[in-house]
Amino acid sequence: MREFEYLRMNTLQEACSLLSEYKDEAKVLAGGQSLLTLLKLNMISPSYLIDIKFIPELNYMDFDEKEGLKMGALTTHRTVEKSPLLKEKFTVLPETELVVASVQTRNWGTIGGTLVHADPIGDIAPPLIVLDSRVKLISADGERTVPLAEFFVDFFMTVVEENELLCEIQIPALPAHTGVAYQKFSTIEAGIKIAGAAAMVSLDDGLCKDAKIALSAVAPVPMRALKAEEILKGKPLDDRLIEQAAQAAAAEADPVTDMHATDEYRRELVKVLVKRAAKMALERARAS
Amino acid sequence: MELAKKWIKVTVNGEPRELLIKPNITLLDLLRDYLGLTGAKMACISNSCGACTVILDGMAVKSCSVLAMQAEGSEVLTVEGLAEGDKLHPLQQAFINHAAFQCGFCTPGKLMSAKALLDENPQPTEEELKRDMEGNLCRCTGYKKYIEAIMDVAQHPVKYSAKEG
Ligand SMILES: Cc1cc2nc3c(=O)[nH]c(=O)nc-3n(C[C@H](O)[C@H](O)[C@H](O)COP(=O)(O)OP(=O)(O)OC[C@H]3O[C@@H](n4cnc5c(N)ncnc54)[C@H](O)[C@@H]3O)c2cc1C
Ligand code: FES
Ligand code: FES
Repeated sequence: MREFEYLRMNTLQEACSLLSEYKDEAKVLAGGQSLLTLLKLNMISPSYLIDIKFIPELNYMDFDEKEGLKMGALTTHRTVEKSPLLKEKFTVLPETELVVASVQTRNWGTIGGTLVHADPIGDIAPPLIVLDSRVKLISADGERTVPLAEFFVDFFMTVVEENELLCEIQIPALPAHTGVAYQKFSTIEAGIKIAGAAAMVSLDDGLCKDAKIALSAVAPVPMRALKAEEILKGKPLDDRLIEQAAQAAAAEADPVTDMHATDEYRRELVKVLVKRAAKMALERARAS
Repeated sequence: MELAKKWIKVTVNGEPRELLIKPNITLLDLLRDYLGLTGAKMACISNSCGACTVILDGMAVKSCSVLAMQAEGSEVLTVEGLAEGDKLHPLQQAFINHAAFQCGFCTPGKLMSAKALLDENPQPTEEELKRDMEGNLCRCTGYKKYIEAIMDVAQHPVKYSAKEG
């Protein structure tokens, strides 16, 4: 690690004003679970490290039946995993956390950090995307909210500007008769992921009123499988239709070959994982 | 550019410490290089193996991947703080009883992960235990004996608390 000046922030305002002053000379530190590796490898060498991890204003979870969930960016993976509220209202999130990294990383790493780090293998983005989440960004100049589906720009790149902080994740309340599920495949559990798929299915009178499918690790960013979604919408769902949607998702995916898997294998897995996730989401929608 | 060192206050194994450190070091560096506590091991230093696991304010963390300055005002427990005098901690005793290590390099990390887990969930199922120990790799003994050791402590707390060490 090269030398930097460490600045521990106590308020959001203080953090925003330092970020607008130091701009690209500064880097934001949350749990450091991804950032410290980059610092240790000297892949980045900021002059200032702005530590937001202990800003109380960024650490909360509020739920309202109408408004849905609002969660501060500093919410840790472990908090999501253990939250009785989330287990009841957005089961897919605590479920997904069980396959994110190890307990140690989940204890210290934050949801804001994993989103801004924007590793395409990130597990929490796909379920959040199918839940229609938005993120609130804040800077000294003001705030804006962005749908999570439009948040990721490229490998490790998001719309967050150098003077901005991700401050909140917003998840709308789930409509009635809606089910959500996430499926991931990795060689060891919680290991490097080879592919992941989240599905949301909303039913109305036996028909699929709405469907969303999001994939991870098979494109530079977490991606919606829009064609697959179209196949499901407006129809009564059965295994055959889900199979068709899974095929479409595999065709839409844009995977690479790396040391963990070939592109062909990843595409095949997309098919399997979309099928599993959509079936599970459907079952949950029926049961809700 | 030589940047100013910073003061940090941190309680380690129950003892309040005040240290002047460089800001660009990890909690693992602080423990090993400033306090001479070499129980937490420096292995992968890339947040993967868990040999550096310590308990920070009740939570297991990989100390190679926590910036030392983030421990300001916190309580850190390392493997050196587990035993009470000559009396080993039940988990340490169980690791010995079950021959749950060979070279022992991963053991301090495993013990700390296990302690954090049992503090939070004293009666884990084997399934929960395996899942929560996933961040601790071992290159020699394998993954069976220490699970048996930890389950033994969870299932027979009386036997282990009565033990003289
Ligand atoms: C060994 C290992 C295994 C992992 N396995 C998985 C896995 O299986 N699945 C998975 O999804 N993830 C996995 N991860 C990634 C993990 O989820 C992230 O490392 C962690 O959540 C990052 O959060 P953090 O708070 O530590 O962020 P940091 O490391 O502190 O920050 C990450 C990046 O985000 C920026 N940043 C952080 N917070 C904000 C904010 N609020 N506003 C603006 N910018 C911000 C930082 O500047 C930095 O660029 C793994 C990580 C490790 C080290
Ligand atoms: S040395 Fe910290 S995880 Fe390996
Ligand atoms: S006993 Fe040698 S690494 Fe685990």
